[in-house]
Amino acid sequence: MTTETHDIAVTVNGKVYKRTVEARLLLSDFVRHDLLLAGTHVGCEHGVCGACTILFDGVAVRSCLMFAAQADGHSLETVEGLAPDPEHLHPLQEAMRDCHGLQCGYCTPGILMTMKAFLEETPSPDEAQVREALSGNLCRCTGYQHIVDAVLLAAERALGSSK
Amino acid sequence: MKPAPFRYVAAQSVEQALALKAEHGDEARFLAGGQSLVPTMNFRLTQPAMLIDINPLTELAGLKNGAGDNVRIGALTRYRTLERDPTVADRLPLIAEALPHIAHPQIRNRGTIGGNLAHADPASEMPAIVLGLGGRLRAQSVRGERWIDASDFFIGALTTALAADEMLMELELPAAPPRSGSCFMEVSRRRGDFAMMGVACTVRLDADGRCAQARIALCNAGEGPVFAAQASESLVGGAIDAARIADAAKLVQGEIEPGGSIHASKEFQRHLAGVLIKRTLTTADQRARRDH
Repeated sequence: MTTETHDIAVTVNGKVYKRTVEARLLLSDFVRHDLLLAGTHVGCEHGVCGACTILFDGVAVRSCLMFAAQADGHSLETVEGLAPDPEHLHPLQEAMRDCHGLQCGYCTPGILMTMKAFLEETPSPDEAQVREALSGNLCRCTGYQHIVDAVLLAAERALGSSK
Repeated sequence: MKPAPFRYVAAQSVEQALALKAEHGDEARFLAGGQSLVPTMNFRLTQPAMLIDINPLTELAGLKNGAGDNVRIGALTRYRTLERDPTVADRLPLIAEALPHIAHPQIRNRGTIGGNLAHADPASEMPAIVLGLGGRLRAQSVRGERWIDASDFFIGALTTALAADEMLMELELPAAPPRSGSCFMEVSRRRGDFAMMGVACTVRLDADGRCAQARIALCNAGEGPVFAAQASESLVGGAIDAARIADAAKLVQGEIEPGGSIHASKEFQRHLAGVLIKRTLTTADQRARRDH
């Protein structure tokens, strides 16, 4: 079968990328292989593990369950776009470090992007809400407790600084 | 895991999408949320020659009022939208209660109700709920449109009454009437997993507190969503008390044909159905009384 290509323009972390992609190219592979933004990790490739979660027009989605061609004209955020500059971490990243919210780190980019969208919508969550919001991200190292602590700490600090 | 090659068309209009589907039939698939379709493509269990992406057709998304007290939901409405729409909590409480059980936040951000219903996974929550509520679904093709009752729509596992050239456009559900209560519960191994057994029930009481109508539907209890007609009928005319609930649970256990799996034998699934029937009916009855 002939492979079909599409010319797309996608904004990723504020920068516009123009590429020609195969119709069947997954959005996760596009971000990693075509844009060389390998911070987005690929775990199960069928929508179970959450490692590939990115923000699509501000909404957390599994990038392994979308095609690059679908992102034409849309705006993505990946983990590379989180930190404001090379010297500083995003408050969520800061809290993950302070709380030991990662060990091997494979699931971390997906968790950070999921939690970024979650905290924007739910700035003052309780532990149950955090656990529900985290339920689509598998972590085999931490047992989740320290990730939950980190998200609660990041929320607390954000609320504290806005007072 | 990479999908097999296919042709991708981002639909620019419903007319174009329907014309393409009429031309390519079963070789073409509509791409809505893609949360069920794309995993099967990644595994190459599904290898459509063409994907017709209907995500640009935003007119297919959203809620509106239907005839009488009905609610119409566009096929492209995402679970995320349903979770945040107060109309759903107010008028379709059964759906509101089931939504948190459907996969995970990221999946609900993308997945659509129409895609889920057209996919017709027997273990999925929404087909059982639409069947339990007695909803109907509108299909359209280049030949015209038709409404299909939920009881005729779900034919079997991953099989619906939609013809090869038809698209599911919207569904219409009756809003919860006065003096009614509903309840959805399921048992799954982990949060967001498919249910080993799930029960959706609604009851409506008359002015004396007797059951005027009951509807019980189950997911993962057969080849498709199952409407437990005998058990539902058995409750009408009397108070929904412990004895009647126990009888209804026994009837349901006889009406379903669960398939069994390595995680739950058929016997265990029947047991779960009995337990869930008791819990959901008791809760629905309490809610209906509060609604008096």
